[in-house]
Amino acid sequence: MLKQYSFDKTAVQTFDAQTSLALKTEDLQVFYGTNHAMHDANLAFPKNQITALIGASGSGKSTYLRSLNRMNDTIATVTGKIWYHGVDINEPNVNIYEIRRHIGMVFQRPNPFAKSIRENITYALRANGVKNKTELTERIEKSLRGAALWDEVKDSLDKSALSLSGGQQQRLCIARSIAMAPDVLLLDEPCSALDPISTVKVEETLLELQKQYTIIIVTHNMQQAARISSQCAFFHLGHVMEYTPTGTMFSNPQIPVTQDYISGSFG
Amino acid sequence: MNAKRKDMIATVIIDLIVAIVVGILFFLLAYILIKGLPHVSWSFLTGATDSFDGTGGIGVQLFNSFYLLVLTMLISIPISLGAGIYLAEYAKDNWRTSLIRSAIEVLSSLPSVVVGLFGFLLFVVKFKIGFSVISGAIALTFFNLPLLTRNIEESLSAVPRSQREAGLSLGLSKWKTEVGIILPVALPGIVTGVVLSAGRVFGEAAALIYTAGQSAPVTNFADWNPMDAASPLNPFRPAETLAVHIWKMNTEGLASNAAALSAAASAVLIIAVLLFNLGARVLGSYLYRRVTASK
Repeated sequence: MLKQYSFDKTAVQTFDAQTSLALKTEDLQVFYGTNHAMHDANLAFPKNQITALIGASGSGKSTYLRSLNRMNDTIATVTGKIWYHGVDINEPNVNIYEIRRHIGMVFQRPNPFAKSIRENITYALRANGVKNKTELTERIEKSLRGAALWDEVKDSLDKSALSLSGGQQQRLCIARSIAMAPDVLLLDEPCSALDPISTVKVEETLLELQKQYTIIIVTHNMQQAARISSQCAFFHLGHVMEYTPTGTMFSNPQIPVTQDYISGSFG
Repeated sequence: MNAKRKDMIATVIIDLIVAIVVGILFFLLAYILIKGLPHVSWSFLTGATDSFDGTGGIGVQLFNSFYLLVLTMLISIPISLGAGIYLAEYAKDNWRTSLIRSAIEVLSSLPSVVVGLFGFLLFVVKFKIGFSVISGAIALTFFNLPLLTRNIEESLSAVPRSQREAGLSLGLSKWKTEVGIILPVALPGIVTGVVLSAGRVFGEAAALIYTAGQSAPVTNFADWNPMDAASPLNPFRPAETLAVHIWKMNTEGLASNAAALSAAASAVLIIAVLLFNLGARVLGSYLYRRVTASK
């Protein structure tokens, strides 16, 4: 039997005006038909930091993440505001394709295109008007280096992306996203399909990438959240219960539900 | 009876059924080829038909069959590609979509002779096009569209959703994702379906008797201007195909060796259809390797 926790007692941090924010949501709610999957999420994400979203399955963390770049548009109703550079990108007249170039996404299962490694990176770039050969070559190398994959694939760029291992495929997906030069990178449990060695590589990559990008990562793995994130948000049954610096959350959780979740005596 | 014994009996019965199916196929193939092949010669394959003295060839009919096939595919592939993409990617799951799906199913179960008579009344008589390649091609399109549409829809739907999400998450439009990412992955399956349907179209007779006609006027193979009446490419000339020719020889053949000629033509038809099937496999797996593996 799952313990009952009050949704009124939450501990969600806010940031002062000095902190520059990459993204901020105000009263974000998500409905799948009549199912109210996300209640009033008020979260702000500081620039060039990794924020981890943790919580049990069905807590709404992936739903929340996918709303940030409007990937839920066709399957859910999302209300509330998503502030990005002073613009509410949850408005219906916003160009969602433009938004997704600024807010990239990496998915749970590696999903490289059934094309060569090179084309995985260049396809979307060329579709967006980057045609210059030297620039494309530069972007390929830069993004693959950024995703710590360059040394492993630099001699086989024309090989099929599907011939790579799962961990390499996931890093290729990261490279593909950062090749678009986004501001924000959303990752939806990027390591859940990977072995521990590949996981370490992806984590090292993310720690390196936060110098240039703001990263929001959904993870089931609390150790992973503790290892790489600076801020951590805990979701429970569609509510944001606690949002604090990662150190605080794991050493001194503010409310009982978080305490129970991270100590494993949940439910 | 114990489980092991039951399992053994079931296995034997299933094996037997498979053996019957394969046996029938090989018997038919062997019968047609043994009866027909001895009469196949170069002059038979290229010569013009002479209905009376029995020296007739099937050159014009063979050309007509291929020409009709090409025209049919030129008309039906773009339409079914559009319809398939719509059904797989854009159609919402509602009553309208299921109405479209059942309409396609009904179309695919129409008897081909009915399609042929419809084509006869509408194109040949009402539109005054006459017995012609183009009337035949349109009738065959009716017959081909539902199968191709289904095939394309299924090939597209088999591509994992995660591929679409990947495209969209990079800021590609839905259409660009569809054409640039999903379609290439689905292409091997689509090509296989197209080639297999080509085999069916190639062997179709009933829908053509009243549309493309039963006469094969001698054409001048040196004249490739589609506007000339004698040109083989003229889409408005009557064009008896190989399958129709076989039917005609068996119903009203006047030559003393009509049976032998019909057997030979059947052998040629069967070989062509087998080649289409083989081609579908080879091309499908080649494309699959080419699209997924490196260039």
